[in-house]
Amino acid sequence: MTTRAVEAWTLEPLAAFVKEAGVRLVLLMTSAGQVLAQHGFARAVDVMSAAALGAAIMATTEELARQLGQPPFAAVHHQGERRGIFLASVATGRGPLVALVVYDLDVSSLGLVQLFFEQLAADLAAASPKPSAPGRVLAADFERELRESLNALFGR
Amino acid sequence: MTATAEMRRALELVTRVRGVRGAMLVSGDDGLVVAEHLMEGLKGPAVAALAASLAGRLGRAMEAAGAGPSVFWHLQASDGALLVVPTASGMLVVAVAEADVNVGLVRLELLRAAEALG
Repeated sequence: MTTRAVEAWTLEPLAAFVKEAGVRLVLLMTSAGQVLAQHGFARAVDVMSAAALGAAIMATTEELARQLGQPPFAAVHHQGERRGIFLASVATGRGPLVALVVYDLDVSSLGLVQLFFEQLAADLAAASPKPSAPGRVLAADFERELRESLNALFGR
Repeated sequence: MTATAEMRRALELVTRVRGVRGAMLVSGDDGLVVAEHLMEGLKGPAVAALAASLAGRLGRAMEAAGAGPSVFWHLQASDGALLVVPTASGMLVVAVAEADVNVGLVRLELLRAAEALG
């Protein structure tokens, strides 16, 4: 499985994380669900649905934390029978990003994912471009950008 | 004695051996620290995650080799050593020690701790 990125600065940190933590799938996206990089996904439809669900979970937990009067949760972890899902936010110069990680319990562990996620967060923060003024988002551009992003994520 | 106090007591006995820099109780499945008694400067979560990962792989290798479940393992490096005993419940009792530690004594204390913690 290859690691592919829409924004090249994410590629090296993500590839290193995948290798070290032994994870199965990774999505790196904005909090709105725009995917910047992926590892392990074979179909565009899976990337889009995982990104939408991951962004929704992060938004839900942020609101839950807000209602509890505390800062946003650092990470969300779900452990299934054979696989675990780890979802966490990363602060970068490009703005806050969300990482969705899926790992096999017989290959990796929550401890390993947490350990190497700290390194991923530091590497992404160091590699990210400096913050810039956000451009206007036009509806006409959305579909074209989405198509270009999916092409980049699947090497088309 | 509460379960937490029992864990602390068991780990404290391991760290009393001269040359032991810290002891931890680690969840074998997810590599998280359950209890720790460490000297300053030791990265508990990192040691726990990596030790649990290694324990899982070693355990599978031992079973594949027909040697049965692991009872004790000892990794010796130039500047230190890592010693691990699994408990019956799937936890790991981990000791981080100096290179010249009395391995036999640490092993004994780890086995005692593993028995006490089940």
